Amino acid sequence: MNNNKPEFILGLACCAGAVVAASCPSLALAAGGPDPAAAWWVWPLAVFFVCFVLGMIAVPAGIGGGVLFVPIVSGFFPFHLDFVRGTGLLVALASALAAGPGLLRSGLADLRLGLPLTLLASAAAIVGALVGLALPVAIVETALGVTILCIAALMWRAKKSAYPGVARPDALGAALRMSGIYHDHAFARDIGWQAQRTPLGLLLFTGIGVLAGVFGLGAGWANVPVLNLVMGVPLKLSAGTSGFILSIVDSAAAWVYINKGALLAVIAVPSVIGMMLGAFIGARLLRVMKTSVIRNLVIAILLLAGVRALTKGLGWWA
Amino acid sequence: MVGVSEMNTGRGSGPSAEQLRYARILDYAMRAGLAVLVASFAVYVAGVLPAQVPFEALPRLWVLPAGEYLRESGMPTGWAWLAMLDRGDVLLFSGVAILAGASLPCLFALVPAYAARKDWAYLGITFALIGVLLLAASGVFGSP
Repeated sequence: MNNNKPEFILGLACCAGAVVAASCPSLALAAGGPDPAAAWWVWPLAVFFVCFVLGMIAVPAGIGGGVLFVPIVSGFFPFHLDFVRGTGLLVALASALAAGPGLLRSGLADLRLGLPLTLLASAAAIVGALVGLALPVAIVETALGVTILCIAALMWRAKKSAYPGVARPDALGAALRMSGIYHDHAFARDIGWQAQRTPLGLLLFTGIGVLAGVFGLGAGWANVPVLNLVMGVPLKLSAGTSGFILSIVDSAAAWVYINKGALLAVIAVPSVIGMMLGAFIGARLLRVMKTSVIRNLVIAILLLAGVRALTKGLGWWA
Repeated sequence: MVGVSEMNTGRGSGPSAEQLRYARILDYAMRAGLAVLVASFAVYVAGVLPAQVPFEALPRLWVLPAGEYLRESGMPTGWAWLAMLDRGDVLLFSGVAILAGASLPCLFALVPAYAARKDWAYLGITFALIGVLLLAASGVFGSP
């Protein structure tokens, strides 16, 4: 029992979050049907608790909260998808901003590597946000379901390479001097790195930006594999630089949602606060928990949320 | 793994001076944004200021698409919220705007460093990124 205490606590928290989420509709109905004026506060409170649990899971799983937030809240809460996506971007943005300064100071995020990728991804995220807000909800919901299921498969199958060997940088990467040295505290040594396949990386980040804008997802789930497996950047530096990239890309897309009125602060603020408090606990759980347990839990949640979004979009499960 | 001795990165170990400056400004902006967000939410839920949308109307409105919600609620779009800061729910946008704009001063702070070094490629990238963010924030895309 003692050895499994962190897993037990997290499992309990997940169950509590699930119970809160699952009981919300019944609470609302008990309060007088689908328009329960007296129970307006139930939903912001429920979204706060759910985000708290998601925040606890997101940090140890190495993902931003947005990828969990959007499918779960759009699937199980009454808020329109426009507001869920706007809030999803703000949640991912707040998490990235909170982590950004520390990552940049420690050298685990690299400005020189991130800036060119961020430029294309940000411009693409604006286009994605405009397209996402113009498309019919059923289409976005269906595409979201497919995307989330693909992310679950990616998390299940994707390999990681702690220190990918890059023999020679490509011409563009060399011209932009996308290389450097960072200090790995775990091994107490300096690690040299250089980027490869920069044009392909730029193209993939453009696609990632579109997805982030359309679905309101933070895109850490895609940034890290592209940086690590395609561009040959060490895993820790990939994860850190991904956080820096998100802090700009998500803000570009978030502005479109804000300016179009697709941000409801009464949902967004409890979500941000819940996610950040949960992440605070999650960062401590990271030291004691098995990452494989968290990873499997996240994949299970993504499968559930993906199926829910897909069936909702197709009109099979309203 | 590529050992340090096997490659010439042209850069020393540790973050650059401009990266550290970027981190410092981002830290201030993030803290300011979160503080304003939490404080304005406390003002909102405590009912210190009147709300543009009454609490009891929220469940009827948050199920609507953004366009319909704006028509029904009279909430502002673009930067029109600046003229309605005496409303508790509109005041919340101030914290959101600070968070969403947190990267802009950091990017501006990179300009002198890249200009002094005559690093034209990164100067251009930084200006382009500032342009993209300003365009997004401008409200050009704000008509619902």
